[in-house]
Amino acid sequence: MIFTSLLETAWHALTTHRMRSFLTMLGMVIGVAAVILMLAIGQGAQAMVRSAIESMGSNLFIIMSGAVSSGGARVATGDAPSLTFDDADAIRDLPDILASAPVSPGGAQLIYGGVNWNTSVYGTTPDYAVVRNWSMASGSFFSDADVRRGARVAVIGGVVARELFGDEDPVGKIIRIKQAPFEVIGVLASKGQSLDGRDQDDTVLVPISSAQQKIFSNTLRNRARFIMVQAVSEKRMDAAEASINDLLRSRHRIGLGQDDDFTVRNLTALAETAASTTRIMSLLLGAIAAISLVVGGIGIMNIMLVSVTERTREIGIRMAIGARRRDVLWQFLIEALTLSLFGCGIGLLFGIGGAWLVERLAGLPVAVTPASVLMAVGVSFLIGVFFGFYPARRAAGLDPIDALRSQ
Amino acid sequence: MAVPGAPLIEVANLEKDYSTGAGVFQALRGVSLGIAEGEFVAIMGASGSGKSTFMNLLGCLDRPTRGSYHLDGQDVGRLSSDQLAALRNREIGFVFQGFNLLPKLTALDNVALPLMYAGMGREARRRQAQAMLERVGLGERSHHTPLQLSGGQQQRVAIARALATRPRIIFADEPTGNLDSETSRQVMDLFSRLNREEGITLVLVTHEADIAAYARRCIRFQDGRVIEDTAVTEAAA
Ligand SMILES: Nc1ncnc2c1ncn2[C@@H]1O[C@H](COP(=O)(O)OP(=O)(O)OP(=O)(O)O)[C@@H](O)[C@H]1O
Ligand SMILES: [Mg+2]
Repeated sequence: MIFTSLLETAWHALTTHRMRSFLTMLGMVIGVAAVILMLAIGQGAQAMVRSAIESMGSNLFIIMSGAVSSGGARVATGDAPSLTFDDADAIRDLPDILASAPVSPGGAQLIYGGVNWNTSVYGTTPDYAVVRNWSMASGSFFSDADVRRGARVAVIGGVVARELFGDEDPVGKIIRIKQAPFEVIGVLASKGQSLDGRDQDDTVLVPISSAQQKIFSNTLRNRARFIMVQAVSEKRMDAAEASINDLLRSRHRIGLGQDDDFTVRNLTALAETAASTTRIMSLLLGAIAAISLVVGGIGIMNIMLVSVTERTREIGIRMAIGARRRDVLWQFLIEALTLSLFGCGIGLLFGIGGAWLVERLAGLPVAVTPASVLMAVGVSFLIGVFFGFYPARRAAGLDPIDALRSQ
Repeated sequence: MAVPGAPLIEVANLEKDYSTGAGVFQALRGVSLGIAEGEFVAIMGASGSGKSTFMNLLGCLDRPTRGSYHLDGQDVGRLSSDQLAALRNREIGFVFQGFNLLPKLTALDNVALPLMYAGMGREARRRQAQAMLERVGLGERSHHTPLQLSGGQQQRVAIARALATRPRIIFADEPTGNLDSETSRQVMDLFSRLNREEGITLVLVTHEADIAAYARRCIRFQDGRVIEDTAVTEAAA
């Protein structure tokens, strides 16, 4: 029998019972739309986490002043950071370390002309740009010489540049940070959101010496709240962590059995945990949605079984005039497939539309990938075959004379 | 392959048992006969005598419990269900008392249906179906559905469907059973013409003597056996 005839027959049968076909398809529509939407949300979250991780820099440690007790609570941080600039320099000299930047964080009000803007200010060294793999949009980063002589220069993030300067070129302009004048010598390239959801472009970087003297006006010279460290490679991360621990314990004269006064965190490992958490979450979302797809398939099977029973006489007539068993099998299989694939098509439209709405209205990042669309179509096809086959075989297995006598 | 001189239809010791709640019921108890190509045979007999059972076996809709059936020299008992389907499609046309048209399809699509199973393309089968409808005098009604047609018209559509693949044999089980005498006459005239002018072999079951009179041979059934097999004289028709 010719394939187009099969399609024609299926189409005719389905349009004869419009309402029933529509309701049956609805199960598939909802299933496919749910799968597409859930995958889009999951993949959007994954993409966001991936770009946040990429923007963080690679093979990173953060060493924080203060200890973490075995119970996990932070104890005795105090006001005096235990880490010094010399610690940072000594860490950089370790064999597995590429760069090491002490950081003194804080917040301050910036003023340029009549505009002011509150943002986070980081006092640090040029190694920070290396560790964070942060390039410049314009101008240049400050130098080690700037750090040594406490130069009043600043590198600003994209958001700060936009808020303070608008369309003006910030490089060479003088801004006031907590009243102290600083010259803008560079604008950082954009990095977007960090893993904890902060806008990394809303920041100002200044030499750590100048920050402590002019902005934070604390008395804790040469001490840093934390040190950002980059290891030479992912493979050397464990060795690097061990040597950092050994180095700091001996530099801080911590005896055997005494608690550390610092904490080393492997940021890259943390980021990977975050990435796998989102991956699992998006898998879960997809799996839950897939259940509704299976329910849609069961709906198709149910209706096909009803249809075979109702149309037993029709099947008998078709057999009497020459339909072979396989013609009847195909007729019902194609009907089931038409339902599942048509439902899938409409479900795709709703799913993609829904994803777009989620992005527009809820502001969640979404990503509808060709792979998820292909998967939805493939699964719908399989569902049509799987759930359509049993009713179709039942129809094909009927005896012509018994089928003719029915009703 | 046809053996020269052999009948088109040849059954020997044909038996059919039905298993019912009360046990096995023997609907046919050893029927042996031959029908040559071009014959017009009427089958008569009391209700329950096994006429329909016999027709269903001849029409390859059912298989005998025992005995043999040769159609055009082929042993039908040895054919697979696909081969039987092909036989029903190409060699045999079946006309039922209750028409058995598909109610949602137009007359044209009903007639074209066997051609679809014969593998004919859409346009070709529509053309041929239209030609068949014209042959039974319903060329104007091709886009009516069965519900929009009278009983006589529906039966003529069913005959057009039986003729669609140009079979050599038509089996008709009480084709006029649901029709009044005037439309019965029209249907029988059509059958006679097909038999006379096109040489189509015709076997039909009827209860009515005046319908049987159209045939040239009359076989009478009783309790699953043939009790009489006579030539009908022209005078009787
Ligand atoms: N599927 C079946 N199961 C059990 N018994 C059956 C079945 N079909 C027919 N019979 C029995 O077989 C016998 C012959 O039936 P058949 O239909 O051949 O009669 P018939 O001669 O065509 O009668 P009618 O003139 O009323 O159509 C009947 O007694 C009937 O009850
Ligand atoms: Mg009968």
